[in-house]
Amino acid sequence: MSRILATATSEFRIAFRNRWVLIATGMMVLFALVLAAAGSAPTGDVSVDRLSVTVASLTSLAVYLVPLLALLMSFDAVAGEVERGTLPLLLTYPVSRLQILLGKLLAHLAVLALAVTLGYGAALVAAVLSDPGAIKGIVSLVRLIWSSVLLGATFLGAGYALSALARRPSGAAGLAIALWLVAVVLYDLALLALIVTNGGGPFTTQVLPVALLGNPADAFRVFNLSAGQAVAAAGGIGGAAGAIPLWQSAASLFVWPVLAIALALAAFRKVTP
Amino acid sequence: MTPTLTISRLTKRFQSVEALTDVSLALQPGKRAALLGHNGAGKSTMMKIILGLIPFDSGDVSVCGEAPGSAVARMQVAYLPENVAFHPALTGEEQIRHYLSLRGENPRIAPKLLDRVGLTHAAQRRIGTYSKGMRQRVGLAQTLIGRPRLLVLDEPTSGLDPVSRRDFYDLLDGLSADGTAILLSSHVLTEVEARTDSILILSGGHLVAEGTLADLRSSAALPTLLLVRPAQGHALSLAAAFPEASIGADGLLRIACAQADKLPLLARITARGVEVADLDVIPPSLEDIYSHFSRRDGQ
Repeated sequence: MSRILATATSEFRIAFRNRWVLIATGMMVLFALVLAAAGSAPTGDVSVDRLSVTVASLTSLAVYLVPLLALLMSFDAVAGEVERGTLPLLLTYPVSRLQILLGKLLAHLAVLALAVTLGYGAALVAAVLSDPGAIKGIVSLVRLIWSSVLLGATFLGAGYALSALARRPSGAAGLAIALWLVAVVLYDLALLALIVTNGGGPFTTQVLPVALLGNPADAFRVFNLSAGQAVAAAGGIGGAAGAIPLWQSAASLFVWPVLAIALALAAFRKVTP
Repeated sequence: MTPTLTISRLTKRFQSVEALTDVSLALQPGKRAALLGHNGAGKSTMMKIILGLIPFDSGDVSVCGEAPGSAVARMQVAYLPENVAFHPALTGEEQIRHYLSLRGENPRIAPKLLDRVGLTHAAQRRIGTYSKGMRQRVGLAQTLIGRPRLLVLDEPTSGLDPVSRRDFYDLLDGLSADGTAILLSSHVLTEVEARTDSILILSGGHLVAEGTLADLRSSAALPTLLLVRPAQGHALSLAAAFPEASIGADGLLRIACAQADKLPLLARITARGVEVADLDVIPPSLEDIYSHFSRRDGQ
């Protein structure tokens, strides 16, 4: 445990000096405030409080931004050590590869947690300032924070796996962007296209729920929208959220980080310095 | 005493290339061994196998009685890679604190370690601003963590100035006096000659020579060179007396002789009395011995 903490301390320091803490926090705060401002207009006739509506918009934002931030922070984790030549020395120390990965994960999760807490927190302040009753929605905001951290953990793990597979930062960066495009953008587009062509057929009722749970980003969206009962405020894929039991999307959120880290460890074990 | 490091019949192949063939050696506690060899002779490969960084194909390697790379072995082995690198965003002290924590030591002693390698003045600066010699010292400082029983040093003195090199070997003397076995590779033969107990020469993946410098000198049986300066006006008579000598442009007689013939030859020279103005005996240098052994394998 002390070895994991020591690795995490150094990694957090590096993330801080590389301005990652600043960039991640700044991005989240900026986008959250923009959404809070934009989201305040059409809430007049919706029965839920203002913050819950903002949370629904923040969920859609987080689906794109959290995986992107996680991949940007993690693609260098193994490939960077290989390129700098720091890996052989590190691996002669009495520290296991799992401990190294967990140390990096802990530091990067801390950066992500800080960024989403401050970002969503800014949206909370904006919502409460214009409508004191919005404080009721804080439960869904807290849920959004911890589920964002879990989503981040999944993509951090995936980023480490790609980093170990590519062994070069440039290759790892390319793979990370490709993964983000496929998992976060193209996957949903494909599902939407299938829904449109299939109408209300067996695909929409049988395959779609499984497909949504199989993608950590969609599971995150479904979980937050159905838990917040703000489904009505969100359109598109979110509309299907009601059909999936809450425990299933929650399970997907918790299982994916473990799978991703296991994948990263398997890829890292194959790297010979 | 059980050796700190034992290697027997070690063979390592990279695809079709044999990087190491049938290498056997043992290193006792407190002994300093120098690993010599041309580029690509297998020095770094051997070190990486000892550290457990890469697998090997056949043979046995035992580090402090354990398999290389096992948790117990890693606790007792310290390594300095060739061209050691660190994260440029960390300061020297932060980097050493990190390494101390990884070895389960108190990170507060980091300044003391940096002081031992003469880096106190730069401890709070980022490693990205360090010169190569300063990074090398950070690398040395991290090998001093804990009480390693085996030090594996790949080109440890590259990038160090002559004074730092001397300090570095003084540091090694202290460690080996405490019982640490040291395996180091170097291209600077003169310092290896003075500061190590035994020499290992790798050539084309084969261990072609092993022993103290005196052992290698006698088994190489290289000729000793005698340089004779004739006294004024005696050059011709002296040349006639030693027909085996070659006469250089500087007027010196050069006589190469086998180790066993050296003393009789010296007696013959001194018998010439006043005809000889000066005499130099030049034993084969470590360079000569080294190229003798590494050339034997077709190099």
